[in-house]
Amino acid sequence: MPGSIKDRVAVVGMGCTKFGERWDASAVDLLVESAYEAFEDAGIEPEDIQAAWLGTTSSGSTGMTLSEPLRLNYIPITRVENACATGSDAFRNACYAVAAGIYEIVLAIGVEKLKDTGMSGLGGAQPNPSHVLTPEGTAPGRFAMLATTYFDRYGLSFEEGKHMIGRVSWKSHKNGALNSKAHFQREVPMETILNAPMIAWPLGLYDCCGVSDGSAAAIITTPEIAKGMRKDYITVKALQICAHPNDGNYNSDYDWTHVESTVRAAEAAYKEAGITNPREEISMAEVHDCFSITEAVTMEDLGFSERGKVLRDIEDGVFDLDGKLPVQPDGGLKCFGHPIGASGIRMIYEMYKQLQGKAGPRQIKNPKLGLTHNLGGSPDGCMIYVGIVGLPEA
Amino acid sequence: MAGIVSYGAYIPYYRLPRSVISKAWGRPGGRGERAVARYDEDPVSMSVAAGMDCLRESDPKSIDALFMATTTAPYKERLNATIVATALDLRREVRNADFANCLKASTTALLSAVDAVDAGSLKSVLVTSADMRLGAASGENEQAFGDGAAALLLGNEKVAVEIEGSYTLCDDLVDSWRAHDETFVRNWEERFGLDEGYRRIPVEAANEVMKKLDLSPKDFAKACFYGPNTRRHSELGRGIGLEPEQIQDPLLDIVGNTGAALPLMILVAALEEAKAGDRILLVSWGNGSDAIVFRVTDQIKSIRNRRGIKRHLEIRRELDNYEKYLRWRGLVPLEAAARPAKNPTSMASLWREHSSAMPLYGVKCKKCGTPQMYLSFSSTRPRVCLKCHVRDEFEPYRFADKKGKVASFSHDYLALSQDPPNTLTVVDFEGGGRGSFEMTDRDPEECQVGMDVEMTFRKIFFDKGVHNYFWKCKPLRD
Repeated sequence: MPGSIKDRVAVVGMGCTKFGERWDASAVDLLVESAYEAFEDAGIEPEDIQAAWLGTTSSGSTGMTLSEPLRLNYIPITRVENACATGSDAFRNACYAVAAGIYEIVLAIGVEKLKDTGMSGLGGAQPNPSHVLTPEGTAPGRFAMLATTYFDRYGLSFEEGKHMIGRVSWKSHKNGALNSKAHFQREVPMETILNAPMIAWPLGLYDCCGVSDGSAAAIITTPEIAKGMRKDYITVKALQICAHPNDGNYNSDYDWTHVESTVRAAEAAYKEAGITNPREEISMAEVHDCFSITEAVTMEDLGFSERGKVLRDIEDGVFDLDGKLPVQPDGGLKCFGHPIGASGIRMIYEMYKQLQGKAGPRQIKNPKLGLTHNLGGSPDGCMIYVGIVGLPEA
Repeated sequence: MAGIVSYGAYIPYYRLPRSVISKAWGRPGGRGERAVARYDEDPVSMSVAAGMDCLRESDPKSIDALFMATTTAPYKERLNATIVATALDLRREVRNADFANCLKASTTALLSAVDAVDAGSLKSVLVTSADMRLGAASGENEQAFGDGAAALLLGNEKVAVEIEGSYTLCDDLVDSWRAHDETFVRNWEERFGLDEGYRRIPVEAANEVMKKLDLSPKDFAKACFYGPNTRRHSELGRGIGLEPEQIQDPLLDIVGNTGAALPLMILVAALEEAKAGDRILLVSWGNGSDAIVFRVTDQIKSIRNRRGIKRHLEIRRELDNYEKYLRWRGLVPLEAAARPAKNPTSMASLWREHSSAMPLYGVKCKKCGTPQMYLSFSSTRPRVCLKCHVRDEFEPYRFADKKGKVASFSHDYLALSQDPPNTLTVVDFEGGGRGSFEMTDRDPEECQVGMDVEMTFRKIFFDKGVHNYFWKCKPLRD
């Protein structure tokens, strides 16, 4: 029987850079910016860090990517890579080290410097030697198939489907407009969203998240130590990673209208956190809205909406900032862009600020539990992270 | 006695009206249209397509050799015929050969196959011929040329078309040529090529074969012969002494001059209409001439479900866009795409996968019976069953010849493509199994979940000297 992380570790400090096209900043600058905000927030010095986990997919390859800029000399540092779940997995590993009783204060930090490649999109090198089987396909192309099949299976006309996913982005831009750390800080009218150029039919420009630079950091300790550091610390309720068998492209059991590994990771997370009715018990969520359709389907996979019926919840505003279950209160990947290694911890940062009541104009009323979700890969095969954080007493 | 056992052909889906080319260059007129291979096609892929059409009822493992004839082989060093043979799932113990560099290479390949079968050294030989020659932009060749392929299976059992005799002339008369490092076909003054070449040498070969077999022009139900264009082609018919109704339409107005493939494509068109007892004359041209006399047998009736020339002519879409043709042929310098550079295609990886990826094999689990593919960056070969998780208990299962239905698709405008959007699909095969492929020869508007598709061997990309072939799906149009 797997054990549970519930309330065994606490977050006592966090930092998050301004995300965006940070022409002014290198990965070094971004790491220093988020780490020092976290140190200051926790009221500690860099020398207090006993071990660290660095999440990055392409901005460095070893623990020295972190030790060098921060001068965290001679401590254990592990570099973590797990696609878009990279930052969250760095956080998860850091939490486990504290829960295991090996370290008392650790740093989990994610960074990605994407805008130095000279190209839009994820311009990293291609994996492995180019192979005979590598079809020309991009992330939008893969996720667009989720929309095609979802619309087909649930009988949505093109217009109904486009409006549903368009409203997902409309809502996130509305939230992002209230966030000074977001890359995009403007509301976007529905008409603009619906009439934007196609990137991968049926996904238009506003159905796709941006690409940006950024970093986010968390200081993790035990609840006992946290109590002595600050009143408004939060605790971790669940940490789940789920590796999909990566077979959706050749296993005809996959229906292309959901992401099975999200379902599995969510089930495990709810069990770990003791949650039986997520739609009622989760106060808010930051999910992996790499594309608008991903967020829509994720609402069903997380059990927030009934299977095949997310359209009604989206159009009814259930996931709006003032809705029953606000999703992407900070603006999501839609407004922050997706510096891969940083995104997961950026999501936790928003949950942390909301739980502390420090989210300013975006503040959700009395949140108790916040869920974060990452999807690394594409619908047919992906790494999923589902984590839950909350008030210590929740 | 050796003869033709089966035939097949291939004509690309896209046809460019010659008036569109004329208009682009400010010229009047432009008669008919020409077939244009898509950017993902070449003589190798077209040979595979014609070969698949030809082998509809044959076991590829029973074939002893593949002779491929073309003047536009993708590789100068690497056996093109073996790429075709591997995709068609022929055995490893085959005597493949490229017949190259000459417009009559296809009839030479045919005669070589006949000789090998007659000699008893090979029982069954597949001859494919495909060409996609390039004429320089705005010139006459650009309009006259077309792309296409044909395939003939030669054997000595159930012969549908007997070879009664042949006569060959080689003559170093050069009316068209292309040096090893050149892109476009060159021509000498047309009058010279006609007077000393095309109007004389094929006539001589035809006369000699008739003399040899004691035949006269009236003995032929049909005559199939190469022609650079429709006007010159009918002149040659008169020169041989044939009546207009004996002359098989040379496809020049509707497909174009398909170079080395043209004689065999015209022959296939004739065989589609032939009946037992018909005698057919085939005459090629190119630094000489082969004249071959065929006699059709009763077995011709058993070759009927081919797409051949007739069906392929109907499966067409007009390309109303000359710029797209230029782009597909790489004739305009394009803005470099802002995408990461590819790593080199790994020859080790290609070799490791070639016997599964090239003929599109998956496996069927011996324990639970699940047909399955494995499509990752580095492997097409499953080791642990998708369903029952048993290890290495598989039998080979080929997907290339299975039809399928689209389970999902999208049109990707961001992906590198010479014909955007790039249509990505997931295909569920009849009989089980699934794969993810690009869709080719499609109109984006026609795509829907549940549509019927078939598999087609195509070039995925060309990079650093490597033509990277794999399979795509395309809408089933019959």
